[in-house]
Amino acid sequence: MNIWLVMLSAGLLTYATRLSFILLFGRIDMPPILRRALHYIPPAVLTAIIFPEIFSPNGQPDLSLANPRFLAGVLAALVAWRTRNVVLTILIGMGALLALQAWLS
Amino acid sequence: MPTPRSEFLAGLRAELPILVGVIPFGLIYGALALTAGLPAGAAQAMSAVVFAGSSQFIATQLVGVNTPGLIIVLTVAVVNLRHALYSASVAPYLGRCSRLWKWLLAYLLTDEAYAVTILHYRQANPAGTGEGPDHKNWFFLGSGLALWSTWQLSTAGGLLLGAIIPAGWSLDFTIALTFIALVVPALDNRPSLAAALSAGLVALLARDMPLKLGLVTAALVGVVVGLWIEARR
Repeated sequence: MNIWLVMLSAGLLTYATRLSFILLFGRIDMPPILRRALHYIPPAVLTAIIFPEIFSPNGQPDLSLANPRFLAGVLAALVAWRTRNVVLTILIGMGALLALQAWLS
Repeated sequence: MPTPRSEFLAGLRAELPILVGVIPFGLIYGALALTAGLPAGAAQAMSAVVFAGSSQFIATQLVGVNTPGLIIVLTVAVVNLRHALYSASVAPYLGRCSRLWKWLLAYLLTDEAYAVTILHYRQANPAGTGEGPDHKNWFFLGSGLALWSTWQLSTAGGLLLGAIIPAGWSLDFTIALTFIALVVPALDNRPSLAAALSAGLVALLARDMPLKLGLVTAALVGVVVGLWIEARR
């Protein structure tokens, strides 16, 4: 396996994906329903990334107190909701995770 | 009246808080790439050529267990399919940009630059119809370049520090926290909340789909649920 060939192919495909609709816009008509659908892309995609990270960090869903990422994630969500502060959310979430890990070990 | 300079700086400033979560993620990526047996030069180049953090993590893991190259390429491509959704989402705002701008900004279209930029675009123009001479492309360039340079530097930092970074610090968690900070304040209406929860649930259920197809499947389900709840009201 040539690592450089793999990387270049993966990079080109990723770039083509990013470029796709930016280039197509204006050349194809977008139905109104698709235009409204765009609104739900950020919450849907970001949550689809977040959930497995906090609810099943080891491959299996784990909502027990032995899963520190679950508790730290919920705490971070509360901080984000109340303060809307990105830095504070990251710091408190990370602090909570490290404290829980130390406590559980 | 916004100028190119003021928009560029505003984009840069808006990206700064996000970088707090990106730097540890880049450090961890660099360190893990070495552990997986990737040459340092290749690991650094991947940050510029692929420039998509989570897919780079997966790619290095796959390299580490000697996965065939074609499977690695396909997996990265599928994990990054969500960028097509981002592309569709910013496209209306970049409609009047020159082709050069479109090619450049597409390269900078990452999770983190997208999340900040689309928020700015929607606040300025909720209807999402076209764009005036307001230099919003410069905002995207500012947030995108801030992220790009941070990603390259933190990758280099991870390659240099390598094994000094203890796995027990769980620094990879910072990127999930960054996304939590970005998404939670936006869930202030029922359809968005429904879109998020359903996408998250499907992502858990579809976690074991081949080639990491679960992520994009979950995102599409979330979008459809959001539309459905919106239509019911």
